[in-house]
Amino acid sequence: MDAATAHAEAHTGHELSFWRKYIFSTDHKIIGLQYAFTSMFMAVLGGLLAMFVRLQLAWPGRAWPILGSLLPGGMPGGEMTPAFYLASVTMHGTIMIFFVLTTLLTGGFGNFLIPLQIGARDMAFPFLNAISYWLYPPAVIVLLASFFVAGGAAGGGWTAYPPLSALPQAAPGSGMGQTLWLISLAILIVAFLLGSLNYITTVLQLRARGMSMLRLPLTIWGLFVTAVLSLLAFPVLLAAAIMLLFDRMGGTSFFVPAGLIVGTVPVDHAGGNPLLWQHLFWFLGHPEVYVLILPPMGMVSDILANNARKPIFGYRFMVASIVAIAFLSFLVWGHHMYTSGMHPLLGTAFMTTTLIIAVPSAIKTFNWLATLWRAKIRFTSAMLFTLGFLSLFVTGGLTGIMLGQPPVDIYLQDTFFVVAHFHFVMGLAAIFAAFAGTYFWFPKMFGRMMSERLGKWHFWLSFPAAYLTFFPMHYAGMMGMMRRIYSPALYAHLQGLQPINIVVSIGAFILFAAQFIFLVNFFRSAFRGPKAETNPWGATTLEWQAPSPPPHGNWGAHLPTVHRWAYEYSPPGAAEDFIPQSHPAGVPVPAGDGQGPAPGGDGVQGDEHARGGRG
Amino acid sequence: MASRMLEKTRPPEATLPAGGNGHAAVPPAFGDGGGSGWGAEPSPVATARVGLWTLLVAVTMLFVAFTASYLSRRNAPDWTPVPLPGLLWVNTAVLAASSAALEWARRAWRRGEGERLRRGLAVASGLGALFLLGQIAAWRQLIDAGVFMRSSPHSAFFYLLTAVHGLHLLGGLGGLGYALRRTDGPAVEGAALYWHFLAGLWVYVFLILFFI
Repeated sequence: MDAATAHAEAHTGHELSFWRKYIFSTDHKIIGLQYAFTSMFMAVLGGLLAMFVRLQLAWPGRAWPILGSLLPGGMPGGEMTPAFYLASVTMHGTIMIFFVLTTLLTGGFGNFLIPLQIGARDMAFPFLNAISYWLYPPAVIVLLASFFVAGGAAGGGWTAYPPLSALPQAAPGSGMGQTLWLISLAILIVAFLLGSLNYITTVLQLRARGMSMLRLPLTIWGLFVTAVLSLLAFPVLLAAAIMLLFDRMGGTSFFVPAGLIVGTVPVDHAGGNPLLWQHLFWFLGHPEVYVLILPPMGMVSDILANNARKPIFGYRFMVASIVAIAFLSFLVWGHHMYTSGMHPLLGTAFMTTTLIIAVPSAIKTFNWLATLWRAKIRFTSAMLFTLGFLSLFVTGGLTGIMLGQPPVDIYLQDTFFVVAHFHFVMGLAAIFAAFAGTYFWFPKMFGRMMSERLGKWHFWLSFPAAYLTFFPMHYAGMMGMMRRIYSPALYAHLQGLQPINIVVSIGAFILFAAQFIFLVNFFRSAFRGPKAETNPWGATTLEWQAPSPPPHGNWGAHLPTVHRWAYEYSPPGAAEDFIPQSHPAGVPVPAGDGQGPAPGGDGVQGDEHARGGRG
Repeated sequence: MASRMLEKTRPPEATLPAGGNGHAAVPPAFGDGGGSGWGAEPSPVATARVGLWTLLVAVTMLFVAFTASYLSRRNAPDWTPVPLPGLLWVNTAVLAASSAALEWARRAWRRGEGERLRRGLAVASGLGALFLLGQIAAWRQLIDAGVFMRSSPHSAFFYLLTAVHGLHLLGGLGGLGYALRRTDGPAVEGAALYWHFLAGLWVYVFLILFFI
């Protein structure tokens, strides 16, 4: 057996036990899928909590006997308690932001795609990668356990502002539930940090030959810059969470001011500053929303170019705008705090940095539109969700410009206008991109195709339902409907808004139900879908040169060598309408499928490497 | 360059993988990964170092957040500094000595003196453990003096910062033990970098607690 074969077998041939292969695996693809599956479970849960919220807001005070028998604690006699409502709001936000979107986009897609797209065999530190995933289920368990402790889950909102979150006696959800919330988040932050460390090192150190930074697909740019953001932002939240835990359990006063009285009992704390928490939280919190949107921006760029069969417009500007958005995201946290008594001059400074973010965001949007310009678009499910992303991102981005200005924001603070804004720009946009990414990379993940027919049903139900759910919220917000209120029926000025609330809730129910089409499609296709080719979409990036699904080690004997950028679509004079990144320069693309190992110089290099490698 | 020297002198284990792509003893010219048109491939040492610097950035941000809170909190009217035990000066010297011993060991090892490396690592770990014991003794002294976490914001920050730093140092001790066992490039260089960083971090924390 020659060296090259031995090398290949070292990476593909050895049999691991089921546990080592699928459960405690160090393979980045398995870890990515583990992140994705756990996130999907959490997404269903987070969605369910949103349904409780909408049920209450549309029909406050109505009794639902069936639900009452299912949830005797939260809905005794079928009527929702305020504590359960607030816990649902809080946990919906917490789960969707940290336990679904962050874990799915960076943990799921990041793990799966980074080594494949840069031409590596695995992450730089596979064992750390496995630890990163295996911190996630404990965080989930601690978080979900909080539903079953005295007082129920945390109810102070996903932002956990003190003193509500600092004083166990302040509200039912401020007790054990809030403590578990903080512990769960601290565990998850460590998982994110280990992941980010790995992604950054991998992208910097393990790129294939010829894969210069400016040949990286935009997906990798999005994920790489996101990892840098996480690395800088999450430790700050960890510090804040530790201090809040000290306040709760150690009797310190980092965040609790003097002179508070809960009920009739004076609080035994003094001198702390609740605004300090807000600063620390939003120093994480604003970069966090870009942690949720930069990977989608990268992913949709690649899917868009692939389905438009055109090179992405303005690649370097796309990269520069990702970096610019990431940099600016550390300078805008104050725009969440305009109503906190901030000096107007400081507010103006934060407004300026906030509005500047519109520039790189607009550059990206116009580049996407320019990529679509006069393209022969393939309307695959992945492409539909990508176009959906563009629409939702623009809708949410425009209201962001409104909210970035203190005079407008002070009026709209904590209303449903804000709820609509962030659901469009980071919730819906990010999840639509995640759907696009799933439809697009599913063949690589499972070696099978998803049903396009169900995919289109999924899109054409989800997209209108998304607008039906969230667009009317703008009007409710402008008319003064506050977020996180148990019952609009308690406020005279909200009485007339009930029809809007009912429409929103019906939209939300349709939106939630439509996701089951996706789940059915996903699981049925994973087992029974038609076998996928190596490169079903005619895509240029490296992962489409590996088998579907790629074996352990990804590349067999020879690592790919990169000869060009990732967007060689419809090149003039070529036999096919794309040239893979690993295709040697000057050699015409073989007619036919245009896949498989490229002939010529690539192989020679690989052999030489293999001999050096295993001799 | 340090890493260049390492190529010549590192023991065979030094070429073991640091991660997914360092799967074999690959001569730089034919390596996979890191090609990127830059010429030589990064060694496992370089990969470990990038990963470690990334970790240090995260630890730095953690302490930046704590100390920024400290600076903001100390403007509150209830801020009264508590007298800190003089033992902390001794602990600081112990940690500095530990760092120096480690540096001596690392330099000896780069010259190929494996025995000195082991001795130096052992001394550095011992002094590191002594530092931790000293920190606990300082806590005892404060507690005996009736200064608890909740006594004042200054004491709260003292316990918080020393505890978080101590936990990181405990991880560093694990790193030194790992380096003692492996004695290869990524382990020794990584453990040394992390240990020196923690010594520097302690000086920063110490200055903040004592003088600000």
